[in-house]
Amino acid sequence: MSLLIDQTLNGVQLALLLFLVAAGLTLVFGIMDFMNLSHGSLFMMGAYFAATFVALTGSFVLGGLLAILCTTLLGLAIEAIWLRPLFGRGHLDQVLGTFGLVLFFNDFVRLVWGPAGRTLAVPQALAGQVSLGPTFSYPVYRLVLIGVGLLVAAGLYLLVQRTKTGMIIRAAASDRDMAGAIGADVTLVSTFVFGLGAALAGLAGLFAAPLLTVQIGMGDNILILALVIIVIGGLGSVRGAFLAALIVGLIDALGRAYLPELLRLVLSPVAASTAAGALSSVAIYILLALVLLVRPQGLFPARGAR
Amino acid sequence: MRQPSPRFLLTCALLLLLALAPLSATFVGNDYPLIVLTRVVILAMAAVSLDLILGYGGMVSLGHAAFLGIGAYAVGIMTAQDVTSGFLQWPLAILAAAVAALVIGALSLRTRGVYFILVTLAFAQMVYFLSVGLDAYGGEDGLVIPTRSQFGLLNLTNRTTFYFLCLALLVATIALVAHLARTRFGMVLRGAAMNERRMRALGFPVYRYRLAAFVIAGALCGLAGILLANHSEFVSPSVMNWGRSADLIIMVVLGGMGSAVGPLLGAMVFMLAEETLSHVTTYWQLVFGPLILIFVRFARSGLVGLFPERAGDG
Repeated sequence: MSLLIDQTLNGVQLALLLFLVAAGLTLVFGIMDFMNLSHGSLFMMGAYFAATFVALTGSFVLGGLLAILCTTLLGLAIEAIWLRPLFGRGHLDQVLGTFGLVLFFNDFVRLVWGPAGRTLAVPQALAGQVSLGPTFSYPVYRLVLIGVGLLVAAGLYLLVQRTKTGMIIRAAASDRDMAGAIGADVTLVSTFVFGLGAALAGLAGLFAAPLLTVQIGMGDNILILALVIIVIGGLGSVRGAFLAALIVGLIDALGRAYLPELLRLVLSPVAASTAAGALSSVAIYILLALVLLVRPQGLFPARGAR
Repeated sequence: MRQPSPRFLLTCALLLLLALAPLSATFVGNDYPLIVLTRVVILAMAAVSLDLILGYGGMVSLGHAAFLGIGAYAVGIMTAQDVTSGFLQWPLAILAAAVAALVIGALSLRTRGVYFILVTLAFAQMVYFLSVGLDAYGGEDGLVIPTRSQFGLLNLTNRTTFYFLCLALLVATIALVAHLARTRFGMVLRGAAMNERRMRALGFPVYRYRLAAFVIAGALCGLAGILLANHSEFVSPSVMNWGRSADLIIMVVLGGMGSAVGPLLGAMVFMLAEETLSHVTTYWQLVFGPLILIFVRFARSGLVGLFPERAGDG
């Protein structure tokens, strides 16, 4: 039982981390029809900024805020300098242009921070375990992460669904030309969304830094998982990204925990552990294939999406 | 007599260059140039195969390196199981790549545009993680291939022999792709890339044509994977890292899409840039990344754009 709770919480935590990255990606895609492979690099830069600033200031909160600020500014600079010429170009050009940015940032990090990874300790106040039952305890930091992640998701939901800015974002996402024609400043919206996406990626990088090693290429896997999530959720839909992230996070965590047990019912122990390892790492891609077969537009497409 | 086109001359010049290049090894006095050149030829072959679907077919596959990996792993696994005969290994490895391409293509081709890009990427990641999960065959660390494929009298351990075998197969691949592009099959493929609806209205089963092209490209890339495994005598999941798939796209676009010789030129320039830049600075990608962007913005027709298809054009 405690394994189930533990793995569920791990799954939710992974899901929230992925959602923070996927949200920016899916909004930019919805509004600008823009495929941004460099979004994972912002996540990596966020983690490096966090490791540096927390060490400099000696405060997780202050260093973290600085890291998010820097990642946001970096995202805005990238949009203005590197990405804007690619808006309106074909997806192939966008893939190539943003992949160039991935290469650039990998070597930029190597140059500035060196090839060895960094570590960021869990802040002192959140370092312990909290007991959630007679036989079960869970790290405080991870619980806080889940809490903050849920708060950010709720805030994003309110922003997109309940504010005027959110209304313009949704209008631009469902039909950019029409939103422009009735007076919305679509360029400003896209810049805003880029900044927002960068801030969320920076926040994800900050959260992930104490859990993973801060290293070159750490954004690649997150990026690809986030891409899978926005396809499953429906391109351009924040709600879809949230639900798909939950599905992916839970499948990944629970699959790793329970597949070996399940397969042992039908296979020999050695074969079961090999098969379970392979199966749990590809489970989400199998899910993606199934979703595409049944609902090619994604599970929860944005309204009016083409 | 008809004057040969600049592009045909370019093809001949590049292949002649590659045929004579091993001589440089005798000047240098070691095998290093030959090792690099073999790699260039093998990756050029993978890029040519990608051009069939990307350049002619307009299908932006961001997962082509998966077939490179499947071909390479098939050789590695069979060698580990003491199946070393090339006559058995190679057809089976190509078959494995073709079957994988059939499954991946059948699913991915149900989608369009950006979905296709993402889905091919996702499937390639799936193959990647499957190879990481192959604990019996080295898992993440990869698998050493102790003996190269056995072909009776043809000794692949001789570096020069192996190089010329690769070159011959590259020429055959280029000839095949160039031939396919001129046939009815290629015409349908190119037509569907320009206007799918019109081709459908003309009665062509576009999906099946595309799937056939996807399988042929996958099989050819699998062959390149076989060569790569024999060349490095090692295979690991990093063979099909997603960055490799992007590299292949860059080679095709750099050289020029939809021209059989473009990917060859692109692969040569790409590898030359990598070799020279990485000698100048460890941080060569800091330069290479922006170069890609500049290239995409200003020289989208590729390097072969400088060499017109017919004499007198341009």
